[in-house]
Amino acid sequence: MQELVNLFVKAIFVDNMIFAYFLGMCSYLAVSKKVSTAVGLGIAVIFVLTITVPVNFLLENYILREGALSWLSPAFAEVDLSFLSFILFIAVIASMVQLVEMTVEKFSPGLYNALGIFLPLIAVNCAILGGSLFMQERNFIGITEATVFGFGSGIGWFLAIVAIAAIREKIQYSNVPAPLKGLGITFIVTGLMGIAFMSFMGIKL
Amino acid sequence: MADVLEKKEEAKDLLVDKQPKEPLFSKKNRKLLNDPLNDNNPITVQVLGICSALAITVKLYPALVMSISVLFVMAAGNVIVSLMRNFIPNRIRIIVQLVVVASLVALVDQVLKAFVYDVSKELSVFVGLIITNCIIMGRLEAFALGNSVWRSFLDGIGNAFGYAWILLAVAFFRELLGSGTLFGFQIIPDAWYLANGGFYSNNGFMLLPPMALITVGIIIWVQRARNTKLIEE
Repeated sequence: MQELVNLFVKAIFVDNMIFAYFLGMCSYLAVSKKVSTAVGLGIAVIFVLTITVPVNFLLENYILREGALSWLSPAFAEVDLSFLSFILFIAVIASMVQLVEMTVEKFSPGLYNALGIFLPLIAVNCAILGGSLFMQERNFIGITEATVFGFGSGIGWFLAIVAIAAIREKIQYSNVPAPLKGLGITFIVTGLMGIAFMSFMGIKL
Repeated sequence: MADVLEKKEEAKDLLVDKQPKEPLFSKKNRKLLNDPLNDNNPITVQVLGICSALAITVKLYPALVMSISVLFVMAAGNVIVSLMRNFIPNRIRIIVQLVVVASLVALVDQVLKAFVYDVSKELSVFVGLIITNCIIMGRLEAFALGNSVWRSFLDGIGNAFGYAWILLAVAFFRELLGSGTLFGFQIIPDAWYLANGGFYSNNGFMLLPPMALITVGIIIWVQRARNTKLIEE
């Protein structure tokens, strides 16, 4: 149990998707002008990460990895399909996003309207594919770990985008040099936030 | 004055376009190559493909390998999608594009693993992340789906170069100031270092992720100060 909590906290703060790995930067910069939309996109990312990381974990461990197919028949013990992982992962992500979109539309039209265009766009958010690729690289033991990791990474991303959106709402009233306005100052502020988040790096979990 | 001339040229091009034949490197096609280098740079203006631009720019060599990979995937992806643009059903186009890009990236990944294994290890997940590199999806969506094969090819090459020069510029400053080397060759003389009784020491901070963001921020600042029409309201 404690290991899971550690993994969760680590995924949120120490290995923050944005500040430590720059994943999902494009939507982070493009959709952070207002807090309300940022919250919507953040929730959608948490949602999709929590679903796709465990699904891809199963895929990795029962189909792709070397020897993973041995549950089908011992003859497959040496088959290594890991070169297919990119295609399968992205296919799972794209179809999951579609599925999530339809489910949300059916059961919670309110949330669906709030998320709007962001849901389909998530398929091409690097943070989502990044979550799956990190899962593959880190060899998690069980599906619980993978789920916790996906959920934690999602929360970390959510925190980052809401924070920058709040700062950007305020910064509109500041006297920023003209060429830095908009994109430039957002980069620099994100860099400063990254420095602040680096203080978590010393924490051993 | 030059602007006016350019506008006239453009207008002429539009007329030329209606006739069946167009030279391979007409003014309009050259614009596809030049525009992404400055006025419509994928990173600093369109804000696409930031993730990889920041994560792998600690050293110049990985940045160069990454740029070449992106160049290949962009050009090939644009051509393939442009060839298929009339057959792709609109509803599933994102999945089709993703599959095309994912196959190309899998190819690149295998080639890198075979020939430059060290760099491939260093780039780790970021090779795979070319798939979701917004530059590629963005250009496929915005350009390749609606333009002829040759024009899409040029657009792919142009954007990849626009991406590459920012990447290399960031990597140049980070490697020079962070480790005192360029492409692994030492630039700062040994005698300058504090350890040898000099006055200089590398700024280890440049190697950390946040400085990549700040470097890009400064590049944007310089670019927009020189090219004032890019300034945001």
